[in-house]
Amino acid sequence: MKVHEYQAKEILARYGVAIPKSKMITVPEDARAIAEELGGVVVIKAQVHAGGRGKAGGVKLAKNPDEAVQLARQILGMKLVSKQTGPEGTLVRKVLVEQGANIARELYLGIVLDRAVGLPVLMASKFGGMEIEEVAAEHPEAILKEHFDPAVGLQAFQARKLGFALELEGDTFKKFVKLVIALTRAYAETDASLAEINPLLITGSGDVMALDAKMNFDDNALGRHPDIAAMRDLDEEDPYEVEASKFDLNYIKLDGTIGCMVNGAGLAMGTMDIIKHHGGSPANFLDVGGGASQERVENAFRILLSDPAVKAVLINIFGGIVRCDMIAAGVVAAAKNLNVSVPIVVRLQGTNVEEGRRILAESGLKLEAADTMADAAAKVVAAVR
Amino acid sequence: MAIWADENTRVVVQGLTGKEGQFHAAKCREYGTKIVAGMTPGKGGATVDGVPVFNTVAQARQQTGCNASLIFVPPMMAADAVLEAIDAGIELIVCISEGIPARDEVALKRALDRSKSRLIGPNCPGIISPGKAKLGIMPAHIHKDGFVGVVSRSGTLTYEAVDQLTKLGLGQSTCIGIGGDPVPGTNFVDVFKAFKDDPLTEAVVMIGEIGGTAEEEAAAYVKAHYHKPVVAFIAGQTAPPGRRMGHAGAIISGGKGTAKEKMEALAAAGIHVVATPAEIGVTMQRALGRA
Repeated sequence: MKVHEYQAKEILARYGVAIPKSKMITVPEDARAIAEELGGVVVIKAQVHAGGRGKAGGVKLAKNPDEAVQLARQILGMKLVSKQTGPEGTLVRKVLVEQGANIARELYLGIVLDRAVGLPVLMASKFGGMEIEEVAAEHPEAILKEHFDPAVGLQAFQARKLGFALELEGDTFKKFVKLVIALTRAYAETDASLAEINPLLITGSGDVMALDAKMNFDDNALGRHPDIAAMRDLDEEDPYEVEASKFDLNYIKLDGTIGCMVNGAGLAMGTMDIIKHHGGSPANFLDVGGGASQERVENAFRILLSDPAVKAVLINIFGGIVRCDMIAAGVVAAAKNLNVSVPIVVRLQGTNVEEGRRILAESGLKLEAADTMADAAAKVVAAVR
Repeated sequence: MAIWADENTRVVVQGLTGKEGQFHAAKCREYGTKIVAGMTPGKGGATVDGVPVFNTVAQARQQTGCNASLIFVPPMMAADAVLEAIDAGIELIVCISEGIPARDEVALKRALDRSKSRLIGPNCPGIISPGKAKLGIMPAHIHKDGFVGVVSRSGTLTYEAVDQLTKLGLGQSTCIGIGGDPVPGTNFVDVFKAFKDDPLTEAVVMIGEIGGTAEEEAAAYVKAHYHKPVVAFIAGQTAPPGRRMGHAGAIISGGKGTAKEKMEALAAAGIHVVATPAEIGVTMQRALGRA
């Protein structure tokens, strides 16, 4: 799960990470009082989950409270278009009004799970403000890494190693060590999957603070963090995906024309791949799960058909725990309720496959049966041509 | 022979008294697996389909001599269940549970490194050595006794591959689902090492997916040490970056972990890489010179 910058900063601050004074608003006029309170010069920052906000015009400096209101009016309600949003962009519904900072240096700090090692890794670099992928490509030697066991925590000597390598001194060094340890604690204790401070700001007076912050959380652990789960912003998610999540369906919207309903994540990806291989393009990833019930199948079918881009549907089920006859009954019930007009290709294999095929054949629906995955892909691609 | 699970495997089912545990334990028993004990805290003394239930794994081990555990417990309790099995000295632990937090898996990995136990999963279909033993949720009837090893991060996609192999007359030595999570107990390289030492296994089907670098590590191992035929498919060639494709571990992050990178690494290691799952069976048939 992703959260906004203002929420990430709120969480980090609880662990002792220093952040600039700021407040999130949704009404432009509210920017005036906050700007006045923060000394006049503020930065107005669009709060959207997508990155690349600065280049997209979503972050602007206001020299006085009047300008703060004016810029907040400009950014709130804009369609922010960045590399990460795609050409349609994303609507800005919230902005953060933040105290203007005095920038001496900008560094980078980030934590992700290093899957090859099986431990989280803290990364630091002197190239603050640059995306870490860019630094990795251009200056790989500039990325410093420290692994740590979340149960034990990052040790002070590890933070000091980074501080020395980044040539920090005196009070700034001490503040840096404290902030780094606080960041690693926040990552471990909140079950984050990503915690990134970019840039980490060193001010002219030697203070160290998170000028921007990004946190993602492990969906599997949200049950033990109700406060973080409550930060989920449904406005930032695809409406089809939000609907699917209500039924515990793994659905991801894509930009093709062939709707897919598959059981199992690997088979669902494999089905998308084989559609592409035959010259078509998948409209979605959809895993109805190993324990799919008839009701889940109906809901899945309804959601994928509600996407107007879908011109044909491929249902690919390998019955293991899930019985093919149950899937067939769910498809027939849903198709009858939904008045389906697009061609549907069904490929069933595995447990109770004969019974499943009989139910489909006797349903009176216009369904095209396929034996193998290749056969199914060829038929569904032909159907959209 | 087969690897890790065979007719000498004696299984305790953790969570036997739950609906899932009871259902799948019965299917495993039907297949001939020796299910000797169940374990559910507070249900010690009960029996499920004639199998005695114990309060702790240690008691189950002491009384029944079980050497393997099959775990069906809710994800928030799964790490505890695995740690208990490790503590009791269980050699093979198969964890089916899906949805375990990554931080718990990191802790499990540390505990496994200090033990003699092997963990398969979590978030996996389990392990089957056809004709010998099944510890998992895979449909038994699609399998056939033979000499092709199968290792996969997926569940149903593995069934698809196994079904193709069986229909072409290519039976399997052992099929292992290592699971779709970011920090699995067993990785591809562990399985390749075991297949290398297994005289029965003459070829391997490997099914990977986007995310992480486990496939690249497997490619390096195969290139250096495994010289029998390997056929591989990588799921997620059309997956968008930054999105979790169902499995917690199936995500392209920071531009890394793409199917393309993995397919190139595997091909460079002399592995037969197929573009679609439909070609797994026939490609193995050709690789073995049986087409």
